[in-house]
Amino acid sequence: MAKKNMEATASDGSRAISKFHISDVIIILVLVILCSTCVIPFWHVLVKSISGDMAVMMKEVFFWPKDVTFSAYSKVFADKSMVHSMIYSVVVTLIFTLMGMVVCTCAAYPLSKKRLKGKGFFTFVLMVPMYFTAGMIPSFILMFNLNLIDSMWVLILPLIYSPYNMLVMKTYFQSTIPDSLEESAYLDGATNLQVLRKIVLPLSKPIIATLSLFYAVGRWNAYADHMYYIRSDSKRMIQYKLYLLVQGAEASISASLGDTGGASNVTTPEVLQAACIMFVSVPIIIIYPFLQKYFVKGAMVGAVKG
Amino acid sequence: MAKSSGTKPQVKTKTSWKSALKRDWQLYLLLLLPVALVIVFNYAAYPGLRMAFMDYKPMKGFEGSDWVGFRVFQKIFKDHDFTRALRNSIIFNLLDLLVGFPMPIILALMLNELRFMKFKKVTQTILYLPHFLSWAIIGAVAYNMFRPATGLVNTLLVNAGIIEQGIPFLNEKWHWAVTYLLIGVWQGMGWGTILYLAAITSINGELYEACIIDGANKWQKMWHVTLPGIRSTIVTLLIMNLGRVMGSNLERLTAFDNTQVRDFQYQLAIYIYQKGMGAGKYAEGTAVGLFQSLVGVVLVLLSDKIAKALGEEGLL
Repeated sequence: MAKKNMEATASDGSRAISKFHISDVIIILVLVILCSTCVIPFWHVLVKSISGDMAVMMKEVFFWPKDVTFSAYSKVFADKSMVHSMIYSVVVTLIFTLMGMVVCTCAAYPLSKKRLKGKGFFTFVLMVPMYFTAGMIPSFILMFNLNLIDSMWVLILPLIYSPYNMLVMKTYFQSTIPDSLEESAYLDGATNLQVLRKIVLPLSKPIIATLSLFYAVGRWNAYADHMYYIRSDSKRMIQYKLYLLVQGAEASISASLGDTGGASNVTTPEVLQAACIMFVSVPIIIIYPFLQKYFVKGAMVGAVKG
Repeated sequence: MAKSSGTKPQVKTKTSWKSALKRDWQLYLLLLLPVALVIVFNYAAYPGLRMAFMDYKPMKGFEGSDWVGFRVFQKIFKDHDFTRALRNSIIFNLLDLLVGFPMPIILALMLNELRFMKFKKVTQTILYLPHFLSWAIIGAVAYNMFRPATGLVNTLLVNAGIIEQGIPFLNEKWHWAVTYLLIGVWQGMGWGTILYLAAITSINGELYEACIIDGANKWQKMWHVTLPGIRSTIVTLLIMNLGRVMGSNLERLTAFDNTQVRDFQYQLAIYIYQKGMGAGKYAEGTAVGLFQSLVGVVLVLLSDKIAKALGEEGLL
């Protein structure tokens, strides 16, 4: 593509010398601005989190820390409930991802087989929840009747089967695993499970990686279910704790001072709040660049049908 | 057992259930797990929809509560809170679509013009990032940017002498509406480019060459080759998004909640949460949820029909 653009430039004599158009400059400028809207806010919060309380209150901290101190972080790490919540979130996410992948494979592999009798029926049964949900109140009553309210499992079990992820995996099985490979295994007398374990799964590592990430990030970031199902502090995942913390601070600002609120009256001092934000964001921000390509792959497979 | 299995898809043979079970019992065994899960956690919730047609009293349960036909629906359509939530949901979803839908297309076209692959890669990585952050984080960071007195944006503007007093980006309903929408666009724009970029790479290179021979410039190429090349992706995604006009994201709405903006922030998810859950009006909450679900299904089916009528691949 790059070469072609150059040729196009060359066909226009006046611009042949400078390979760099004004339009290129504009595009790069726009993209740089957009990127900075994604970076600067986090940089600012990071800088705030390691600055002194006074400097932040005097509004002297912008893009570089002042009176560098890590006391806010030591407070966060000393807060047992925060650290517990972080560990708890990791555990829930891991269990969720593992179980989710098992369920996903159990659904996608049989449904990827053309010959499966009753395939249409099973596909229908497994796809309906994607389009028609009973809504939050009936779900709440159901979880209540299942005795799952305020249990760790209410954050895991209702969501481990995901129609969307199943579709992605099924599409992958159908499009990338050559039928001939499986057939020859059947001829050698392998059973369905052996084919799955010895042939299909080893060939599906990329999609397994991708979907595991979808599951993990999905669970890690979601917290709406906490609002309905979780009561006690020890069962809250870290994102919900951050949400409560920020909401609490905002409520106290707008309640006590109206539109022109100040930092002095905030329940959670800004620096501590910034440290909490970083504490919660950093796991994703650190692992994200390494895993990005898997996400992109998954998004493309999913687009084939879904 | 496996000899005849699936080797000849072109020959339509009716296998009996007996031989199918004998051949594929392991596959059915695998299916048991997901099917059991959807039955226990999805289908089992459907009977709860009865509440929408009942004067449901939690103490009495389903058996003890009286059936009232469509009276709950009549009641919610007269309820100003509901009509406000409905209106807000539809308006904000349409605005989301209007502002948010073109952005990834424009971005993808711009990214496609980039010649420095390193720069392109870094740009993409950065632009995808917001998609992977929870609304809790985005909300928290947004307040750090936009608080009237202490937010970074306001502080910088005041220091530069452009404004005297902080702009209430998130603390006044009209400002809030704009900020809320733009943050939504910002969050989804990078990730949204992926499908368009994929579609662009599959455009036949000869078309561009023909263009160059005809002396087309960059904009003409974009207009006559790239855009038509991703037309079907655009149409499919647009229709898919139209099907979500009834949706409502509790996390996104609550992340930007504060007392000054409730006029606009009050949307269907909030209604269900506050009335249905908080105030214990289960029947109303269920009715609104059912209404939302049904309209959603109808919209998806309609979208699918439209897509197929336009000659695109359907969604179902």
